[in-house]
Amino acid sequence: MKSWKDIKMGGITEKASSLDYKTGSWRSLRPILDTKKCINCMRCVIYCPDNCIPIKYNKRLETNLDYCKGCLICVEVCPVKALSSKKEGEK
Amino acid sequence: MIKGLDGAGAASEAMRQLNLDVVAAYPITPQTEIVENYAKFVADGLVNTEMIRVESEHSAMSACIGASASGARVMTATSSAGLAYMWELLAIASGLRLSIVMNIANRALSGPLNIHCDHSDSMGCRDSGWIQIYCEDAQEVYDFNLIALKLSEKVKLPVMVMQDGFITSHCMQNIAILNDSVVRKFVGEKKIENSLLDVENPITIGPLQLFDYYFETRRQLSDSIEKSKRDFLKLCKELSKITKRKYGYFESYKLNDADVAIIILNSTAGTVKEVIDKLRKNGKKVGLLKLHLFRPFPYKEIGNALKHLKNIAVLDRSESYGANAPIYSEIKNSLYDLKKTNVYSYIYGLGGREVHEEDIENVFNELLTGKIKNKYIGLREKSD
Repeated sequence: MKSWKDIKMGGITEKASSLDYKTGSWRSLRPILDTKKCINCMRCVIYCPDNCIPIKYNKRLETNLDYCKGCLICVEVCPVKALSSKKEGEK
Repeated sequence: MIKGLDGAGAASEAMRQLNLDVVAAYPITPQTEIVENYAKFVADGLVNTEMIRVESEHSAMSACIGASASGARVMTATSSAGLAYMWELLAIASGLRLSIVMNIANRALSGPLNIHCDHSDSMGCRDSGWIQIYCEDAQEVYDFNLIALKLSEKVKLPVMVMQDGFITSHCMQNIAILNDSVVRKFVGEKKIENSLLDVENPITIGPLQLFDYYFETRRQLSDSIEKSKRDFLKLCKELSKITKRKYGYFESYKLNDADVAIIILNSTAGTVKEVIDKLRKNGKKVGLLKLHLFRPFPYKEIGNALKHLKNIAVLDRSESYGANAPIYSEIKNSLYDLKKTNVYSYIYGLGGREVHEEDIENVFNELLTGKIKNKYIGLREKSD
């Protein structure tokens, strides 16, 4: 970490620096997807407050664990219960 | 050229010549005329400024912060409750290292309501990280506005320039104004760095900084404001080459051979000088130190200027309730190591209470005899 002499004045931060801050490290519960049950309705995608669920070819992909904070809103809104949760570190 | 202007006029004249990009302000007695005059310049097309008539002083400072962060040259003005209303933003302006200049027409803080002069408003925010310059009369207001703008842009710190509300701001004086082109040359163009409008180099100004970096950022502010003392003196010298008027951290009036002295800020210094002239004719060795730069405080230089005196009276036009008065505490700090000088605190003029020559004479007499009685000047101790 930098000393007070080596940082930019006034706390100015440059280009898209929030991407460097991996908020996924804050997570204590992780959402688990059952792809067999998933109907790709995209409710979880829209409700995710951090935009952590990517879409490709009309299918939702695995949650981006770099930024997922484990709020489990996706689990709450899934209409077919394709999402469940597990404690971080549990097998 | 010489113009008849009051303190407000001097400030707005300086603003007119400084080629400002943005002025965001809200009226409050006795500062209103500063911005009112400026609004007239805008309406008459004399300046090319974006004038933002905001809904409060809080918004005024917010707009100034945004404008300065975008690279604009920005000024505003306020007093008393207006300054109090923008209190949270003062720390933001200094913490984010923005160059803003604000004229303050000193007026008492409310509770009860008072529109007249005392220094409780600007003393109340002395810890905000703003550079603070105090002016005795309209000429100093004009000169220090020019210095303040250049200083602010050089050291990337906001600057407040104070004058006594009504006493200085509303009194006509003859002041020497420089030509527009001379001022333009002195102050130059603003060097734009880290602008929010620079889309090629996107930045965030005012991010969240938690316990891991806030301390370091604030340490920079402390370092920079200390170093700005030198830049202040350099700019005073640079301007004096053009105007032939010399300024520094303070003005000493008949101080070098004095036995006792008064330390004071702003317009009452004029009264003190009159009394000094009178007492000197009677052989009393009295002097004055009139402070200009209050933040950053020049402890060493003040200590050196005062160490030969026997007794000193520090006249504060504001109180720090529950503690020693603002200027008094700083002066005592300056003299800590020098055991032989006695420093006494006097409070005067709160809420615009008049200070007369007799009052100043009493102070000097108390200092000369060493019998200090009256801590409060002009206060009714007994009912009629």
